[in-house]
Amino acid sequence: MAILTVTNLDLFYGAFHALKAITMMIEEKKITAIIGPSGCGKSTLLRMFNRMNDTIENIRITGEVCLDGKNIYNMKTEREIDRLRRKVGMVFQRPNPFPLSIFENVAFGLRIHKKAKGQVLKEIVEASLKAVLLWDDLKHKLKTSSLRLTLEQQQRLCIARVLAVKPDVILLDEPCSSLDPIATRRIEELMIELKKQYTILLVTHNMQQAARISDDTGFMLLGKLIEFGQTSCIFTNPREKETVDYITGRYG
Amino acid sequence: MKKIFTFIKDFLIERIIFLCGILAIIFVFLIFLFLLNQGISFFGAYSLWDFLGGKFWYPASDPPQFGILSLVIGSLFVTIQAALISIPLGVMTALFIAEIAPPVIKDILKSVVELLAAIPSVVIGFIGMITLVPLVRKLFNIPTGLSSFSGALMLAFMAMPTIVSISEDAIRSVPWSYKEGAIALGATRWQTMYRIILPASLPGIMGAVMLGMGRVIGETMAVMMITGNAAHIPSSVFDPVRTMTATIAAEMGETVKGSTHYHSLFAIGLVLFIITFIINFIADTFMRKTRR
Ligand SMILES: Nc1ncnc2c1ncn2[C@@H]1O[C@H](COP(=O)(O)OP(=O)(O)OP(=O)(O)O)[C@@H](O)[C@H]1O
Ligand SMILES: [Mg+2]
Repeated sequence: MAILTVTNLDLFYGAFHALKAITMMIEEKKITAIIGPSGCGKSTLLRMFNRMNDTIENIRITGEVCLDGKNIYNMKTEREIDRLRRKVGMVFQRPNPFPLSIFENVAFGLRIHKKAKGQVLKEIVEASLKAVLLWDDLKHKLKTSSLRLTLEQQQRLCIARVLAVKPDVILLDEPCSSLDPIATRRIEELMIELKKQYTILLVTHNMQQAARISDDTGFMLLGKLIEFGQTSCIFTNPREKETVDYITGRYG
Repeated sequence: MKKIFTFIKDFLIERIIFLCGILAIIFVFLIFLFLLNQGISFFGAYSLWDFLGGKFWYPASDPPQFGILSLVIGSLFVTIQAALISIPLGVMTALFIAEIAPPVIKDILKSVVELLAAIPSVVIGFIGMITLVPLVRKLFNIPTGLSSFSGALMLAFMAMPTIVSISEDAIRSVPWSYKEGAIALGATRWQTMYRIILPASLPGIMGAVMLGMGRVIGETMAVMMITGNAAHIPSSVFDPVRTMTATIAAEMGETVKGSTHYHSLFAIGLVLFIITFIINFIADTFMRKTRR
Protein backbone atom coordinates (compact mmCIF):
# COMPACT_ATOMS: atom_id res chain seq x y z
CA MET A 1 0.00 0.00 0.00
CA ALA A 2 1.21 3.49 -0.77
CA ILE A 3 1.77 5.62 2.29
CA LEU A 4 3.06 8.66 0.41
CA THR A 5 1.87 9.86 -2.95
CA VAL A 6 3.30 12.73 -4.93
CA THR A 7 1.18 14.17 -7.71
CA ASN A 8 2.37 16.63 -10.30
CA LEU A 9 4.79 18.36 -8.00
CA ASP A 10 6.67 21.45 -9.13
CA LEU A 11 9.07 23.49 -7.06
CA PHE A 12 10.76 26.78 -7.83
CA TYR A 13 13.66 28.35 -5.95
CA GLY A 14 12.92 31.90 -7.05
CA ALA A 15 13.01 31.57 -10.82
CA PHE A 16 14.89 28.27 -10.81
CA HIS A 17 12.69 25.28 -11.60
CA ALA A 18 14.15 22.62 -9.29
CA LEU A 19 11.46 19.91 -9.35
CA LYS A 20 9.49 19.28 -12.52
CA ALA A 21 6.13 17.52 -12.60
CA ILE A 22 7.05 14.76 -10.21
CA THR A 23 4.57 11.95 -9.66
CA MET A 24 5.39 8.91 -7.58
CA MET A 25 4.05 6.50 -4.97
CA ILE A 26 5.99 5.29 -1.99
CA GLU A 27 5.13 1.94 -0.52
CA GLU A 28 4.73 1.35 3.15
CA LYS A 29 7.52 -0.52 4.99
CA LYS A 30 9.82 -0.58 2.03
CA ILE A 31 13.06 1.17 1.23
CA THR A 32 12.68 3.57 -1.64
CA ALA A 33 15.93 4.92 -3.03
CA ILE A 34 16.30 8.14 -4.98
CA ILE A 35 19.38 8.31 -7.13
CA GLY A 36 20.72 10.77 -9.64
CA PRO A 37 23.68 13.06 -10.33
CA SER A 38 24.61 15.92 -8.05
CA GLY A 39 22.23 18.88 -8.21
CA CYS A 40 19.36 16.99 -9.82
CA GLY A 41 17.02 17.77 -6.92
CA LYS A 42 17.17 14.65 -4.73
CA SER A 43 17.50 16.53 -1.46
CA THR A 44 14.90 19.04 -2.53
CA LEU A 45 12.44 16.24 -3.22
CA LEU A 46 13.20 14.51 0.06
CA ARG A 47 12.68 17.72 1.99
CA MET A 48 9.19 17.99 0.53
CA PHE A 49 7.96 15.09 2.64
CA ASN A 50 8.47 16.76 6.02
CA ARG A 51 8.00 20.30 4.73
CA MET A 52 11.60 21.11 5.52
CA ASN A 53 11.60 23.34 2.45
CA ASP A 54 9.34 25.68 4.38
CA THR A 55 12.45 27.07 6.08
CA ILE A 56 13.71 28.40 2.75
CA GLU A 57 12.61 31.79 1.55
CA ASN A 58 11.40 32.58 -1.96
CA ILE A 59 10.11 29.15 -2.72
CA ARG A 60 7.02 28.22 -4.71
CA ILE A 61 5.39 24.82 -4.72
CA THR A 62 2.49 23.46 -6.77
CA GLY A 63 1.05 19.96 -6.78
CA GLU A 64 0.26 17.52 -4.01
CA VAL A 65 2.14 15.45 -1.48
CA CYS A 66 -0.18 13.18 0.44
CA LEU A 67 0.60 11.26 3.60
CA ASP A 68 -2.04 8.62 4.34
CA GLY A 69 -4.26 10.27 1.75
CA LYS A 70 -4.05 13.76 3.22
CA ASN A 71 -2.31 16.55 1.36
CA ILE A 72 0.38 17.79 3.75
CA TYR A 73 0.56 21.08 1.89
CA ASN A 74 -2.98 21.86 2.96
CA MET A 75 -1.81 22.04 6.57
CA LYS A 76 -2.03 25.58 7.80
CA THR A 77 -1.07 25.75 11.45
CA GLU A 78 2.43 25.34 12.84
CA ARG A 79 1.11 22.65 15.14
CA GLU A 80 -0.04 20.49 12.28
CA ILE A 81 3.33 20.86 10.61
CA ASP A 82 5.18 20.03 13.82
CA ARG A 83 3.01 16.93 14.13
CA LEU A 84 3.82 16.00 10.54
CA ARG A 85 7.52 16.24 11.31
CA ARG A 86 7.04 13.87 14.19
CA LYS A 87 5.50 11.33 11.80
CA VAL A 88 8.11 11.90 9.12
CA GLY A 89 11.57 11.92 10.67
CA MET A 90 14.73 13.03 8.91
CA VAL A 91 18.39 12.05 9.05
CA PHE A 92 20.86 14.41 7.45
CA GLN A 93 23.90 14.00 5.28
CA ARG A 94 26.33 15.13 7.94
CA PRO A 95 25.59 13.69 11.37
CA ASN A 96 24.19 16.58 13.38
CA PRO A 97 23.73 15.46 16.97
CA PHE A 98 22.81 18.31 19.30
CA PRO A 99 25.58 19.56 21.57
CA LEU A 100 23.90 17.82 24.47
CA SER A 101 24.47 14.50 26.22
CA ILE A 102 23.78 11.23 24.41
CA PHE A 103 20.71 10.70 26.55
CA GLU A 104 19.32 14.18 25.94
CA ASN A 105 19.77 13.80 22.21
CA VAL A 106 17.51 10.78 22.12
CA ALA A 107 15.12 12.25 24.67
CA PHE A 108 14.84 15.55 22.80
CA GLY A 109 11.80 14.72 20.70
CA LEU A 110 9.96 13.13 23.60
CA ARG A 111 10.63 16.11 25.79
CA ILE A 112 9.46 18.72 23.32
CA HIS A 113 6.31 16.80 22.53
CA LYS A 114 5.76 16.00 26.21
CA LYS A 115 5.25 12.38 25.25
CA ALA A 116 7.09 10.75 28.09
CA LYS A 117 9.09 11.41 31.20
CA GLY A 118 10.74 9.61 34.07
CA GLN A 119 10.95 5.86 33.74
CA VAL A 120 8.99 5.70 30.47
CA LEU A 121 11.35 8.21 28.92
CA LYS A 122 14.35 6.16 30.00
CA GLU A 123 12.84 3.03 28.55
CA ILE A 124 12.16 4.65 25.19
CA VAL A 125 15.69 6.05 25.07
CA GLU A 126 17.05 2.59 25.82
CA ALA A 127 14.86 0.95 23.18
CA SER A 128 15.86 3.54 20.58
CA LEU A 129 19.55 3.13 21.29
CA LYS A 130 19.15 -0.64 21.15
CA ALA A 131 17.42 -0.36 17.79
CA VAL A 132 20.46 1.40 16.33
CA LEU A 133 22.86 -0.96 18.13
CA LEU A 134 24.44 1.71 20.29
CA TRP A 135 23.10 0.63 23.64
CA ASP A 136 25.73 -1.93 24.56
CA ASP A 137 28.58 0.43 23.77
CA LEU A 138 27.14 3.54 25.34
CA LYS A 139 24.90 2.49 28.18
CA HIS A 140 27.47 3.53 30.77
CA LYS A 141 28.17 6.92 29.25
CA LEU A 142 24.76 8.29 28.46
CA LYS A 143 25.70 11.53 30.17
CA THR A 144 28.74 12.30 28.03
CA SER A 145 28.52 14.77 25.18
CA SER A 146 27.34 13.37 21.87
CA LEU A 147 30.05 15.31 20.08
CA ARG A 148 32.68 12.90 21.42
CA LEU A 149 31.26 9.96 19.47
CA THR A 150 32.69 8.71 16.18
CA LEU A 151 30.92 9.86 13.03
CA GLU A 152 29.24 6.48 12.62
CA GLN A 153 28.02 6.54 16.21
CA GLN A 154 26.82 10.11 15.73
CA GLN A 155 24.81 9.10 12.67
CA ARG A 156 23.33 6.15 14.56
CA LEU A 157 22.46 8.51 17.37
CA CYS A 158 20.68 10.80 14.91
CA ILE A 159 18.67 7.80 13.71
CA ALA A 160 17.88 6.83 17.31
CA ARG A 161 16.75 10.40 17.95
CA VAL A 162 14.24 10.03 15.12
CA LEU A 163 13.10 6.56 16.19
CA ALA A 164 12.35 7.77 19.70
CA VAL A 165 9.38 9.82 18.54
CA LYS A 166 7.97 6.77 16.72
CA PRO A 167 7.65 8.10 13.19
CA ASP A 168 5.95 6.29 10.31
CA VAL A 169 8.43 7.42 7.69
CA ILE A 170 12.16 8.05 7.92
CA LEU A 171 13.87 10.26 5.36
CA LEU A 172 17.61 9.76 5.00
CA ASP A 173 19.65 12.16 2.89
CA GLU A 174 22.91 10.45 1.93
CA PRO A 175 23.29 9.16 5.49
CA CYS A 176 26.52 7.31 4.73
CA SER A 177 28.36 9.90 2.69
CA SER A 178 30.61 10.95 5.57
CA LEU A 179 31.26 7.38 6.73
CA ASP A 180 33.88 4.82 5.77
CA PRO A 181 32.88 1.68 3.80
CA ILE A 182 32.63 -0.56 6.85
CA ALA A 183 30.45 1.90 8.77
CA THR A 184 28.41 2.32 5.60
CA ARG A 185 27.71 -1.39 5.40
CA ARG A 186 26.64 -1.44 9.00
CA ILE A 187 24.25 1.48 8.56
CA GLU A 188 22.84 -0.30 5.50
CA GLU A 189 22.17 -3.38 7.60
CA LEU A 190 20.47 -1.15 10.11
CA MET A 191 18.23 0.30 7.42
CA ILE A 192 17.20 -3.17 6.27
CA GLU A 193 16.37 -4.00 9.86
CA LEU A 194 14.37 -0.79 10.27
CA LYS A 195 12.21 -1.33 7.23
CA LYS A 196 10.30 -4.01 9.13
CA GLN A 197 8.71 -1.22 11.08
CA TYR A 198 9.21 1.96 9.11
CA THR A 199 8.86 3.29 5.62
CA ILE A 200 12.27 4.45 4.48
CA LEU A 201 13.17 6.99 1.83
CA LEU A 202 16.85 7.04 1.02
CA VAL A 203 18.67 9.57 -1.09
CA THR A 204 22.02 8.26 -2.21
CA HIS A 205 24.83 8.97 -4.59
CA ASN A 206 25.91 5.43 -4.30
CA MET A 207 24.26 3.20 -6.90
CA GLN A 208 25.54 0.01 -5.33
CA GLN A 209 23.89 1.07 -2.12
CA ALA A 210 20.55 1.61 -3.83
CA ALA A 211 20.88 -1.74 -5.60
CA ARG A 212 21.85 -3.55 -2.40
CA ILE A 213 19.17 -2.41 -0.04
CA SER A 214 16.23 -0.71 -1.75
CA ASP A 215 12.96 -2.21 -2.96
CA ASP A 216 12.03 0.65 -5.25
CA THR A 217 14.26 3.16 -6.96
CA GLY A 218 13.63 6.51 -8.59
CA PHE A 219 16.15 8.04 -10.96
CA MET A 220 16.21 11.82 -11.20
CA LEU A 221 17.87 14.10 -13.71
CA LEU A 222 17.69 17.90 -13.85
CA GLY A 223 14.63 18.09 -11.64
CA LYS A 224 12.68 15.38 -13.43
CA LEU A 225 11.88 11.93 -12.17
CA ILE A 226 13.02 10.04 -15.23
CA GLU A 227 12.14 6.57 -14.11
CA PHE A 228 10.60 5.00 -11.05
CA GLY A 229 10.00 1.33 -10.31
CA GLN A 230 11.23 -1.82 -8.66
CA THR A 231 14.94 -1.66 -7.97
CA SER A 232 15.62 -4.93 -9.76
CA CYS A 233 13.94 -3.62 -12.91
CA ILE A 234 15.67 -0.25 -12.82
CA PHE A 235 19.10 -1.80 -12.55
CA THR A 236 18.71 -4.77 -14.88
CA ASN A 237 16.18 -3.57 -17.39
CA PRO A 238 15.77 0.21 -17.44
CA ARG A 239 13.29 1.69 -19.85
CA GLU A 240 14.83 5.11 -20.40
CA LYS A 241 18.06 5.89 -22.18
CA GLU A 242 19.11 8.43 -19.49
CA THR A 243 18.79 5.77 -16.82
CA VAL A 244 20.95 3.39 -18.80
CA ASP A 245 23.55 6.10 -19.24
CA TYR A 246 23.59 6.89 -15.54
CA ILE A 247 23.79 3.38 -14.18
CA THR A 248 26.46 2.44 -16.64
CA GLY A 249 28.44 5.36 -15.35
CA ARG A 250 28.22 7.77 -18.22
CA TYR A 251 27.20 10.75 -16.02
CA GLY A 252 29.69 10.52 -13.15
CA MET B 1 67.35 42.17 -6.02
CA LYS B 2 63.59 42.34 -5.81
CA LYS B 3 63.61 39.17 -3.79
CA ILE B 4 65.94 40.62 -1.22
CA PHE B 5 63.76 43.68 -0.95
CA THR B 6 60.65 41.57 -0.34
CA PHE B 7 62.57 39.56 2.19
CA ILE B 8 63.62 42.67 4.09
CA LYS B 9 60.09 44.03 3.92
CA ASP B 10 58.61 40.82 5.30
CA PHE B 11 61.26 40.73 7.98
CA LEU B 12 60.60 44.33 9.02
CA ILE B 13 56.83 44.01 9.06
CA GLU B 14 57.05 40.87 11.10
CA ARG B 15 59.32 42.57 13.61
CA ILE B 16 57.09 45.64 13.87
CA ILE B 17 53.99 43.56 14.51
CA PHE B 18 55.89 41.55 17.08
CA LEU B 19 57.05 44.75 18.75
CA CYS B 20 53.49 46.12 18.92
CA GLY B 21 52.28 42.94 20.57
CA ILE B 22 55.10 42.96 23.07
CA LEU B 23 54.56 46.66 23.79
CA ALA B 24 50.91 46.04 24.68
CA ILE B 25 51.98 43.45 27.21
CA ILE B 26 54.75 45.66 28.56
CA PHE B 27 52.39 48.61 29.02
CA VAL B 28 49.86 46.57 30.98
CA PHE B 29 52.66 45.20 33.07
CA LEU B 30 54.11 48.68 33.69
CA ILE B 31 50.71 50.03 34.71
CA PHE B 32 50.38 47.19 37.15
CA LEU B 33 53.87 47.80 38.52
CA PHE B 34 53.17 51.50 38.91
CA LEU B 35 49.92 50.80 40.76
CA LEU B 36 51.66 48.24 42.91
CA ASN B 37 54.50 50.59 43.71
CA GLN B 38 52.22 53.49 44.68
CA GLY B 39 49.81 51.22 46.49
CA ILE B 40 52.54 49.53 48.49
CA SER B 41 53.81 52.83 49.86
CA PHE B 42 50.26 53.30 51.16
CA PHE B 43 50.41 50.02 53.04
CA GLY B 44 53.57 51.27 54.70
CA ALA B 45 51.43 53.91 56.41
CA TYR B 46 48.14 52.06 56.79
CA SER B 47 47.34 48.43 57.55
CA LEU B 48 46.10 46.26 54.73
CA TRP B 49 43.51 44.73 56.99
CA ASP B 50 42.00 48.07 58.04
CA PHE B 51 42.02 49.10 54.40
CA LEU B 52 40.14 46.07 53.13
CA GLY B 53 37.90 45.53 56.15
CA GLY B 54 37.25 49.09 57.32
CA LYS B 55 33.76 50.46 56.82
CA PHE B 56 34.68 54.13 56.95
CA TRP B 57 36.29 56.22 54.28
CA TYR B 58 37.18 59.48 56.04
CA PRO B 59 40.46 60.57 54.45
CA ALA B 60 40.19 64.11 55.87
CA SER B 61 39.40 63.37 59.52
CA ASP B 62 42.01 63.07 62.21
CA PRO B 63 43.25 60.37 62.32
CA PRO B 64 42.16 59.60 58.75
CA GLN B 65 40.33 56.37 58.03
CA PHE B 66 40.79 54.52 54.77
CA GLY B 67 38.34 51.62 54.89
CA ILE B 68 37.19 50.66 51.42
CA LEU B 69 34.56 48.11 52.40
CA SER B 70 31.69 50.51 51.74
CA LEU B 71 33.23 51.50 48.41
CA VAL B 72 33.72 47.89 47.31
CA ILE B 73 30.18 47.09 48.40
CA GLY B 74 28.97 50.22 46.63
CA SER B 75 30.64 49.13 43.40
CA LEU B 76 29.40 45.55 43.66
CA PHE B 77 25.90 46.65 44.65
CA VAL B 78 25.54 48.88 41.61
CA THR B 79 27.13 46.26 39.39
CA ILE B 80 24.84 43.46 40.57
CA GLN B 81 21.75 45.58 40.02
CA ALA B 82 22.98 46.61 36.60
CA ALA B 83 23.64 42.94 35.84
CA LEU B 84 20.13 41.93 36.89
CA ILE B 85 18.69 44.50 34.53
CA SER B 86 21.05 44.28 31.57
CA ILE B 87 21.70 40.53 31.31
CA PRO B 88 18.13 39.33 30.68
CA LEU B 89 17.36 42.36 28.57
CA GLY B 90 20.59 42.12 26.59
CA VAL B 91 20.40 38.39 25.96
CA MET B 92 16.78 38.60 24.90
CA THR B 93 17.55 41.48 22.58
CA ALA B 94 20.38 39.45 21.09
CA LEU B 95 18.06 36.46 20.59
CA PHE B 96 15.50 38.72 19.01
CA ILE B 97 18.01 40.23 16.62
CA ALA B 98 19.63 36.93 15.70
CA GLU B 99 16.61 34.67 15.50
CA ILE B 100 13.30 36.46 15.33
CA ALA B 101 13.46 39.95 13.89
CA PRO B 102 12.68 40.41 10.20
CA PRO B 103 15.71 41.72 8.27
CA VAL B 104 14.68 45.40 8.27
CA ILE B 105 14.10 45.56 12.02
CA LYS B 106 17.27 43.55 12.56
CA ASP B 107 19.35 46.14 10.70
CA ILE B 108 17.74 49.04 12.52
CA LEU B 109 18.23 47.44 15.93
CA LYS B 110 21.84 46.58 15.20
CA SER B 111 22.71 50.14 14.23
CA VAL B 112 20.88 51.51 17.26
CA VAL B 113 22.90 49.22 19.52
CA GLU B 114 26.11 50.27 17.83
CA LEU B 115 25.16 53.90 18.20
CA LEU B 116 24.48 53.34 21.87
CA ALA B 117 28.03 52.07 22.28
CA ALA B 118 29.36 55.26 20.76
CA ILE B 119 27.77 57.68 23.25
CA PRO B 120 30.42 58.96 25.68
CA SER B 121 29.71 58.07 29.28
CA VAL B 122 29.66 61.72 30.46
CA VAL B 123 26.82 62.34 28.07
CA ILE B 124 24.92 59.31 29.32
CA GLY B 125 25.60 60.44 32.88
CA PHE B 126 24.42 63.94 32.13
CA ILE B 127 21.22 62.80 30.45
CA GLY B 128 20.60 60.40 33.32
CA MET B 129 21.13 63.15 35.85
CA ILE B 130 18.54 65.49 34.37
CA THR B 131 15.96 62.93 33.26
CA LEU B 132 16.29 59.66 35.12
CA VAL B 133 17.15 60.95 38.57
CA PRO B 134 14.04 63.16 39.01
CA LEU B 135 11.91 60.42 37.47
CA VAL B 136 13.14 57.79 39.92
CA ARG B 137 12.61 60.21 42.79
CA LYS B 138 9.00 60.88 41.83
CA LEU B 139 8.18 57.32 40.80
CA PHE B 140 9.32 55.72 44.04
CA ASN B 141 8.62 58.72 46.23
CA ILE B 142 12.07 58.88 47.79
CA PRO B 143 13.98 61.90 49.11
CA THR B 144 16.61 61.81 46.38
CA GLY B 145 16.83 60.11 43.02
CA LEU B 146 20.61 59.99 43.34
CA SER B 147 20.70 56.32 44.26
CA SER B 148 22.37 53.06 43.39
CA PHE B 149 19.23 52.11 41.50
CA SER B 150 19.42 55.12 39.18
CA GLY B 151 23.12 54.44 38.65
CA ALA B 152 22.40 50.79 37.88
CA LEU B 153 19.77 51.73 35.30
CA MET B 154 22.25 53.98 33.55
CA LEU B 155 25.01 51.37 33.73
CA ALA B 156 22.71 48.67 32.42
CA PHE B 157 22.12 50.94 29.49
CA MET B 158 25.85 51.23 28.94
CA ALA B 159 26.51 47.49 29.25
CA MET B 160 23.78 46.61 26.76
CA PRO B 161 25.77 47.20 23.54
CA THR B 162 28.56 44.89 24.66
CA ILE B 163 26.19 42.18 25.86
CA VAL B 164 23.92 42.40 22.84
CA SER B 165 26.51 42.46 20.10
CA ILE B 166 28.76 39.73 21.49
CA SER B 167 25.82 37.48 22.46
CA GLU B 168 24.34 37.99 19.05
CA ASP B 169 27.58 36.81 17.46
CA ALA B 170 27.56 33.74 19.66
CA ILE B 171 23.93 32.97 18.84
CA ARG B 172 24.44 33.46 15.14
CA SER B 173 27.42 31.15 15.12
CA VAL B 174 25.31 28.18 16.25
CA PRO B 175 25.44 25.88 13.22
CA TRP B 176 22.32 25.75 11.08
CA SER B 177 22.50 21.95 11.22
CA TYR B 178 21.54 22.00 14.92
CA LYS B 179 18.47 24.08 14.22
CA GLU B 180 17.62 21.96 11.22
CA GLY B 181 17.81 18.83 13.36
CA ALA B 182 15.49 20.32 15.96
CA ILE B 183 12.98 21.59 13.41
CA ALA B 184 12.96 18.21 11.67
CA LEU B 185 11.98 16.63 14.98
CA GLY B 186 8.96 18.89 15.17
CA ALA B 187 10.38 21.46 17.60
CA THR B 188 8.73 24.86 17.52
CA ARG B 189 10.78 27.97 16.99
CA TRP B 190 10.70 28.71 20.69
CA GLN B 191 11.70 25.16 21.69
CA THR B 192 14.56 25.26 19.23
CA MET B 193 15.68 28.53 20.73
CA TYR B 194 15.71 27.66 24.38
CA ARG B 195 16.61 23.99 24.17
CA ILE B 196 19.26 24.10 21.45
CA ILE B 197 20.39 27.57 20.48
CA LEU B 198 20.72 29.04 23.97
CA PRO B 199 22.65 26.11 25.50
CA ALA B 200 24.90 25.92 22.43
CA SER B 201 25.77 29.59 22.60
CA LEU B 202 25.92 29.81 26.39
CA PRO B 203 29.71 30.05 26.71
CA GLY B 204 29.74 33.00 24.29
CA ILE B 205 26.87 34.64 26.10
CA MET B 206 28.67 34.22 29.43
CA GLY B 207 31.72 35.87 27.90
CA ALA B 208 29.57 38.73 26.66
CA VAL B 209 28.05 39.15 30.10
CA MET B 210 31.42 39.20 31.82
CA LEU B 211 32.78 41.80 29.39
CA GLY B 212 29.65 43.90 29.94
CA MET B 213 30.15 43.65 33.68
CA GLY B 214 33.79 44.59 33.29
CA ARG B 215 32.65 47.76 31.60
CA VAL B 216 30.12 48.43 34.36
CA ILE B 217 32.52 48.00 37.25
CA GLY B 218 35.11 50.23 35.64
CA GLU B 219 32.65 52.94 34.66
CA THR B 220 33.32 56.26 36.36
CA MET B 221 31.71 59.42 35.06
CA ALA B 222 28.11 58.24 34.87
CA VAL B 223 28.14 56.67 38.34
CA MET B 224 29.81 59.70 39.86
CA MET B 225 27.06 61.91 38.50
CA ILE B 226 24.15 59.71 39.43
CA THR B 227 24.74 57.46 42.43
CA GLY B 228 24.89 60.19 45.08
CA ASN B 229 28.43 59.35 46.29
CA ALA B 230 27.67 58.67 49.95
CA ALA B 231 30.36 56.37 51.32
CA HIS B 232 28.29 54.12 53.49
CA ILE B 233 26.95 50.60 53.22
CA PRO B 234 23.54 50.82 51.53
CA SER B 235 20.48 49.24 53.10
CA SER B 236 18.18 49.57 50.10
CA VAL B 237 18.53 50.03 46.36
CA PHE B 238 17.31 53.60 46.76
CA ASP B 239 20.20 54.57 49.06
CA PRO B 240 22.98 56.60 47.54
CA VAL B 241 26.27 54.72 47.23
CA ARG B 242 29.80 55.55 46.34
CA THR B 243 31.88 53.36 44.07
CA MET B 244 35.61 52.80 43.94
CA THR B 245 35.94 54.51 40.56
CA ALA B 246 33.97 57.59 41.64
CA THR B 247 36.15 57.90 44.73
CA ILE B 248 39.35 57.91 42.74
CA ALA B 249 38.01 60.39 40.19
CA ALA B 250 36.50 62.73 42.76
CA GLU B 251 39.42 62.85 45.17
CA MET B 252 42.46 62.66 42.93
CA GLY B 253 42.32 66.38 42.24
CA GLU B 254 42.26 67.47 45.86
CA THR B 255 44.99 65.32 47.36
CA VAL B 256 48.54 66.36 47.96
CA LYS B 257 50.84 64.39 45.74
CA GLY B 258 52.79 61.83 47.78
CA SER B 259 50.48 61.98 50.80
CA THR B 260 48.90 58.89 52.35
CA HIS B 261 45.54 59.92 50.90
CA TYR B 262 47.14 60.17 47.47
CA HIS B 263 48.63 56.70 47.80
CA SER B 264 45.35 55.31 49.12
CA LEU B 265 43.68 56.17 45.82
CA PHE B 266 46.27 54.08 44.03
CA ALA B 267 45.55 51.26 46.42
CA ILE B 268 41.89 51.46 45.39
CA GLY B 269 43.03 51.43 41.79
CA LEU B 270 45.01 48.28 42.50
CA VAL B 271 41.93 46.56 43.95
CA LEU B 272 39.90 47.65 40.94
CA PHE B 273 42.59 46.43 38.57
CA ILE B 274 42.61 43.01 40.20
CA ILE B 275 38.80 42.75 40.08
CA THR B 276 38.54 43.69 36.39
CA PHE B 277 41.48 41.45 35.59
CA ILE B 278 39.65 38.50 37.14
CA ILE B 279 36.42 39.36 35.31
CA ASN B 280 38.19 39.64 31.97
CA PHE B 281 40.03 36.43 32.61
CA ILE B 282 36.74 34.59 33.23
CA ALA B 283 35.20 36.21 30.14
CA ASP B 284 38.16 35.11 28.06
CA THR B 285 37.93 31.55 29.32
CA PHE B 286 34.29 31.37 28.27
CA MET B 287 34.92 32.94 24.88
CA ARG B 288 37.72 30.50 24.18
CA LYS B 289 35.35 27.64 24.97
CA THR B 290 32.87 28.76 22.29
CA ARG B 291 35.49 29.12 19.63
CA ARG B 292 36.46 25.49 20.01
N1 LIG C 1 17.95 27.13 -1.17
C1 LIG C 1 18.16 27.06 -2.49
N2 LIG C 1 18.02 28.17 -3.25
C2 LIG C 1 18.23 28.12 -4.59
N3 LIG C 1 18.58 27.02 -5.25
C3 LIG C 1 18.73 25.88 -4.56
C4 LIG C 1 18.54 25.84 -3.15
N4 LIG C 1 18.77 24.57 -2.72
C5 LIG C 1 19.10 23.88 -3.83
N5 LIG C 1 19.08 24.65 -4.92
C6 LIG C 1 19.35 24.20 -6.30
O1 LIG C 1 18.42 23.20 -6.64
C7 LIG C 1 19.03 22.15 -7.34
C8 LIG C 1 18.78 20.84 -6.63
O2 LIG C 1 19.44 20.86 -5.39
P1 LIG C 1 19.47 19.60 -4.43
O3 LIG C 1 20.21 19.98 -3.22
O4 LIG C 1 18.09 19.09 -4.26
O5 LIG C 1 20.32 18.57 -5.29
P2 LIG C 1 20.81 17.12 -4.92
O6 LIG C 1 20.32 16.23 -5.97
O7 LIG C 1 20.46 16.80 -3.52
O8 LIG C 1 22.37 17.28 -5.07
P3 LIG C 1 23.54 16.59 -4.21
O9 LIG C 1 23.66 15.20 -4.72
O10 LIG C 1 24.74 17.42 -4.54
O11 LIG C 1 23.15 16.65 -2.77
C9 LIG C 1 20.50 22.49 -7.44
O12 LIG C 1 20.75 23.03 -8.71
C10 LIG C 1 20.72 23.55 -6.40
O13 LIG C 1 21.68 24.48 -6.83
MG1 LIG D 1 21.58 16.55 -1.68
